[in-house]
Amino acid sequence: MARAATITVEQGRGRKAPIPLQASALGVTALVLLPIVYLVARALEADASSWRLIMRWRTVSLTLHTIGLAVAVTLAATAIGVALAWLAVRSDMPGRRVWATLFALPLVIPSYVGAFTLLSALGPTGELQRLLEPLGVERLPDITGFPGAFLALTLFTYPYVYLVTVAGIRGLDPAFEEAGRVAGRSRARVFRTVTLPLLRPSIGAGALLVALYTLHDFGAVSLMRYPTFTQAIFLQYKAAFDRTPAAILSLMLAALALVVVVAERRARGRARYYRSGTGVARPLRPVPLGRWRWPALVLSGGVIGLGLVLPGGMLLMLLSRGLAAGTPLNLTIWAAGASALVSGAGAICALVVAAPIAVLGARYPSRRSRSVESLSYMGYALPGLVVALAFVFLASSYMPLLYQTLPLLVIAYVVMFLPQTSEPLRAGLLQLTPRMEEAARTLGRGRGRILKDIVFPLIAKPALAGAALVFLTAMKELPATLLLRPTGFETLSTRVWTSASAGLYSRAAVPALLLMLLSSVPLAVLARRVGVDPEGVRQD
Amino acid sequence: MSTSDLALSCRGLRRSFDGVLAVDGFDLDVPTGALMALLGPSGCGKTTALRLIAGLDRPGSGTVHVRGRLVAGDGEWVPPERRKVGMVFQEWALFPHLDVVSNIAFGVDGDASARVASLIELARLQGLEHRMPHELSGGQQQRVALARALAPEPDVLLLDEPFSNLDAQLRAEVRGEVREILTATGTTSVFVTHDQEEALSIADRVAVMIDGAVRQTGDPFAIYAAPADAGVARLVGQANLISAEVSGGFAHSSLGDLPMPTLADGSCDLLVRPEAVAIAPDPAGPARVVDVEFYGHDQLIRCALPSGEHVQVRLIGPHPEFVLGSAVRLELRGQPLALPR
Repeated sequence: MARAATITVEQGRGRKAPIPLQASALGVTALVLLPIVYLVARALEADASSWRLIMRWRTVSLTLHTIGLAVAVTLAATAIGVALAWLAVRSDMPGRRVWATLFALPLVIPSYVGAFTLLSALGPTGELQRLLEPLGVERLPDITGFPGAFLALTLFTYPYVYLVTVAGIRGLDPAFEEAGRVAGRSRARVFRTVTLPLLRPSIGAGALLVALYTLHDFGAVSLMRYPTFTQAIFLQYKAAFDRTPAAILSLMLAALALVVVVAERRARGRARYYRSGTGVARPLRPVPLGRWRWPALVLSGGVIGLGLVLPGGMLLMLLSRGLAAGTPLNLTIWAAGASALVSGAGAICALVVAAPIAVLGARYPSRRSRSVESLSYMGYALPGLVVALAFVFLASSYMPLLYQTLPLLVIAYVVMFLPQTSEPLRAGLLQLTPRMEEAARTLGRGRGRILKDIVFPLIAKPALAGAALVFLTAMKELPATLLLRPTGFETLSTRVWTSASAGLYSRAAVPALLLMLLSSVPLAVLARRVGVDPEGVRQD
Repeated sequence: MSTSDLALSCRGLRRSFDGVLAVDGFDLDVPTGALMALLGPSGCGKTTALRLIAGLDRPGSGTVHVRGRLVAGDGEWVPPERRKVGMVFQEWALFPHLDVVSNIAFGVDGDASARVASLIELARLQGLEHRMPHELSGGQQQRVALARALAPEPDVLLLDEPFSNLDAQLRAEVRGEVREILTATGTTSVFVTHDQEEALSIADRVAVMIDGAVRQTGDPFAIYAAPADAGVARLVGQANLISAEVSGGFAHSSLGDLPMPTLADGSCDLLVRPEAVAIAPDPAGPARVVDVEFYGHDQLIRCALPSGEHVQVRLIGPHPEFVLGSAVRLELRGQPLALPR
């Protein structure tokens, strides 16, 4: 991205963006800012009684719980993600090609699905308990609360760190490590003083995703009955007629999320990261693990066992149990269609809406277009529950025609996931230097031909990847879907949630399995793009 | 010279990639304090040889001695960080997250400040101490890379195509600077290049490498004047190779019959450097001008002989009288070198 940024400077400095482009970009930004503006306005009109509800010890404890969980999950997921990435890419661990693919797979399991499978396996009346009862084990330690929430969120978010670190290690020029070695430094010291600092931006970006995911998470913490902001906001919204306290709590959570985003930006430092050379990359020589291969295999096996085998196995077991008990399947098929419909609509709309932001950022760099871009990230940083709540309030007060309709749900998806399409589009447009278009013009091609023959082919891939990412995220999305869906409209995620939160795990298994199946297709597209396959072509 | 007087000694190094030998029987001796050029065409295995010496790659067979100490081969393996062999990488590989001072100090143990300060001065980097690599010009990055490699006081410094990243103008300037710095520190150095002019002008010894092995080693004058074979002759300077049949002490070639009393009968190539041919306009002359390249201070005139062979002639100063198609007479100055076929 650093390289892309340098191209920007040379590209259209000083050129003014056309008015329609500016207007549509501003319109998109306004839409993205709408929820937070509304919540602020709502909080400002709070009266004394609302504030009394907020100014309690409970709010402090909620804050501590939320921050504590986010810090613990981020640290653990980062450690696991970086370690597994190094093992998959740089070590001679047996079967590392297979491991490399396995390590990314827990990403297809939404945290609420993971949480209920962990509960059904390790929970108070779970399978493990049942297995151990004949042995005289009366009671297993309770995993609900912090341990369960921590376990579920760590296991299903570390792949974010893993994927970006793998891409980071692959993008690293081996000459840096070699230069460190010939300067007389050991492999371990070179890793600590050269490799790790160079990977810091990648790792930081992955850790940011984990921290935000944890702050945003509603399903896993609710199932594990661990009291965080999202859980409290949901209860407040369900229970109370006065919605102002929920709005204030939402703002506090939003502020936490924004602090995390800003902190990560600050931590990036002033070093610029680049490949040392343009020459052909030498393949990296795997580092022999020696006797460390056993701890490495135990770590890998443990993570995959808990994060993939256990949830998968439990789901299949619950599925067969549910089928035997005659759980009807047709409702799930309808829900799958509904999921694909809203997620697909969300992906297409997010792509269309991202276009002005991406074109403005790539072609007309200026202070103003940079702030438009930054502001368009707002919805992404906000918890889905917060965005959804704002739209519920807004629609019920000012847009009754939209209230509880699918378009409103799709709008919320666009607000929440916009950067997932605008960022790849912008990167794609940056690769397309104006020189290329100018060259095509001198070769006698008109604007129409250039769009068809050069622009579209070159941005098709990033656009597709971005849309796939939105589709995947929207399929798994729970809180906004739960709050904004029309009455009676069931998606796979809401079906999983209603059954699992009622403790009906075998009924949740069918939609959960189908959800994972449908969302793993876009994941495959995504994985190819970042180059998870260890023998795959270096991504550039 | 025994191996202990040598800063670096390689014997029979071999390394293959996917069954293709990149380095095949590589022998090299570098005396202490020498500035040695390893000259070869691209793809001849120069960089692979450097990496074997630095310990960044393991040889299939053969040995490497650094100051008489065995560091690779015969069951011995010393990892790169303990060889005291420094390296300047082709793309310099400056650590992008460290400033100039921290890059230079990277390999120095203990208090590095005195060492770094003297290198900053030597490499004329004053005022740039706290710049980041991307804030430096190409020449400055080159000097930082050199200073970083010199900082741990290596026994041997390797430079992999150190000037290929610079534009032509800067290259000549930086070459001189690098030679001054290496001479000032008295560091034994081996630099890899495919540019014969670079090799001949800065090195005090040149090793010519072709197809994975060193063909000839010597000082630049000897290599130019007496190349061991046609391959070396072509690589070092421009060379006309004229085929000749030797019989009865005479070499019969399309340039005439030359007395070669010491040669055995058979066929050989005569090495004729372009500056060793005299050219004169002669309407009855047997050769024809087929190409003229004018460089200002001199010109290169290519002539076709009746046999079909081409001979390049270098003439100092402008000589507009030679144009395409001119009939000319060629004469050899001095005795050509006969190279085995």
